[in-house]
Amino acid sequence: MPNTSEARPLVSFEGVTKHYGTVAAVHAMDLDIYAGEFLALMGPSGCGKTTSLRMLAGLEEPTEGEIRLDGKRINEIDSADRDTPMVWQSLALFPFLSVRQNVEFGLKMRKIPSRDRQQRAMEWLERLEIADLAERDISQLSGGQRQRVALARSLVTEPRILLLDEPLSALDANLVVKMQGVLSRLQKELGITFVYVTHSQSEAFAMSDRVVIMSQGRIEQIGSPKTIYRNPTSRFVADFVGSNNIFCGTVSKEGATLQVNTSVGCFSCSPDNDENSFPMGSTLNMVISSDLVQISLTTPEAANQVRCRFISEEFVGSIVTVFAELENGADFKVQVRQRDLADLGLKAGAVFYASWKATDVHLISESA
Amino acid sequence: MTRLSGQNLLLRGYVVLVFVFVFTPIVTSFVFSVNSDRFPTIPLGHFTTHWYETIFADPDIWEAFRVSALVSVSVATLATFIGFCTAYTDYRYNFTGKALYLSLALLPPTIPLVIMGLAMLALLARINMSGQIHSIVVSHVVLCAPFAMAVVRMRLAQINPDLEPAAWNLGASPWRAMREVIIPFCRPAIASAFCLTAAVSFDEFAVAWFVSGLNKTVPVMILEILQGNTDPQINAIGSIVFAISMSLVVIAQLIFFRKASAPTTTGI
Repeated sequence: MPNTSEARPLVSFEGVTKHYGTVAAVHAMDLDIYAGEFLALMGPSGCGKTTSLRMLAGLEEPTEGEIRLDGKRINEIDSADRDTPMVWQSLALFPFLSVRQNVEFGLKMRKIPSRDRQQRAMEWLERLEIADLAERDISQLSGGQRQRVALARSLVTEPRILLLDEPLSALDANLVVKMQGVLSRLQKELGITFVYVTHSQSEAFAMSDRVVIMSQGRIEQIGSPKTIYRNPTSRFVADFVGSNNIFCGTVSKEGATLQVNTSVGCFSCSPDNDENSFPMGSTLNMVISSDLVQISLTTPEAANQVRCRFISEEFVGSIVTVFAELENGADFKVQVRQRDLADLGLKAGAVFYASWKATDVHLISESA
Repeated sequence: MTRLSGQNLLLRGYVVLVFVFVFTPIVTSFVFSVNSDRFPTIPLGHFTTHWYETIFADPDIWEAFRVSALVSVSVATLATFIGFCTAYTDYRYNFTGKALYLSLALLPPTIPLVIMGLAMLALLARINMSGQIHSIVVSHVVLCAPFAMAVVRMRLAQINPDLEPAAWNLGASPWRAMREVIIPFCRPAIASAFCLTAAVSFDEFAVAWFVSGLNKTVPVMILEILQGNTDPQINAIGSIVFAISMSLVVIAQLIFFRKASAPTTTGI
């Protein structure tokens, strides 16, 4: 990962706002993107992530603010002159051209002689292991093959930055994992910047150096996947990450170990990585990551525990997500190893105890 | 099963009847064009190509075919160009008054031809442009451009809206993207629109009659012969006109739908 404090950003958004009529799709966005990093823009649909990417590609013009590429303002520069190729969600391959002609397109626009561009297109097709399909029609290719053509077409001009707009959303799950590997490897080999828009947490976390979480046109948090996962700075992010239990409460005892009163009980929290201080009586959100929770059939020793009723489980392999209900009806999620759950032999409606360490709690102030 | 096939038979019979109804006059006309008798009567006389020989020997008819061909090719070129531009404007841009723009663009074929012919004559006469070949061309372009627009619009409705921005994104200027992406994508529709508008212009009588003056097109010629005397020459000309315009329409259909039905070989 690049040294973010010293290196000059390759791309910077400075107070960028995009209005469609009266609707603000992106609101006063500040973001620096560094050379060589894999950055994911993630958020629910309509959060402004695709609009941001399109503004960077020159397909939308910011209403306010400035976008800089290499320190130079590019607001008014046509998409054609930016060299910010994009891999489209629909792939947007040209159906009337062969695979090779598709890949050559960017070179042709740059007036590269025919022999030269043919050779360079073939090199990229080889690199993406589809050289044998060069003369095929696009309609003859499978989804994964088309994906590779789209990548080759965007990379053939050897840009410094590649924009990707949910490129894997149309693929089968097993192919998604495979293409994630291809993308990660390519990005490391080429050393160029990837800006990757997705709504999929697993895609963003698996590949990126930094993740930008967006909501309603604003950036909620920027950080490494691990930071986002363990230290969400707002309730939105904690919710969006999807595996957290969040309870709203008030501080009933100050100190290194806080006591927090919630609707499901009183818990002690001593988060070791939070800079925030929470005075007596302040309200906050208590976040308990579902993978940091232990379960047992008998009352555990731990101070922080809740009594749960087993509702259902979602099996995703070695890890199982248990969906349970607390005594007041609130939902509670726990992730455990499939073997451990099998040992407990829980059935629907069975009662069990969930417990967690005071140091594993993450606190977010209510205003965030 | 039996009931189903009975129903099937009935439907087939119905379709055959419809076609018989539509094509009987044309077939009749063709039959009498190769019949030796002066008047269309039954029983038929013997087979002859006499009437075709007569019309091919007539310089006026050759001239009418020349005018018609010149007009329909010019009309097809202009109307397809204008139709393409109109359809692209509709596809690409949103602007106030777009609904009005579209309905005006599609209006001409709904105007009764006689009214249209009269209006064209009035206008062209006022600006000293009536009675010439280009008066027919101008009038037919007005009439045909909406057909071209409709055909190209149908094709543009199938385009992935990301294709054009993808070309820009890869370094194409708007004009280049038009040339490299939009036109190749629309090529079957453009060819099809060309044939269709050529056929419409080749067939059109009413407007041509008003504005053609001495430059008679084939349909105008047919009426003049018909007013003077009826003989199977008319049938012969009619058959040729039918063959030409049907070929154009069929070619238009084939070009437009060839892409869609082309077998996609799987190479996976």
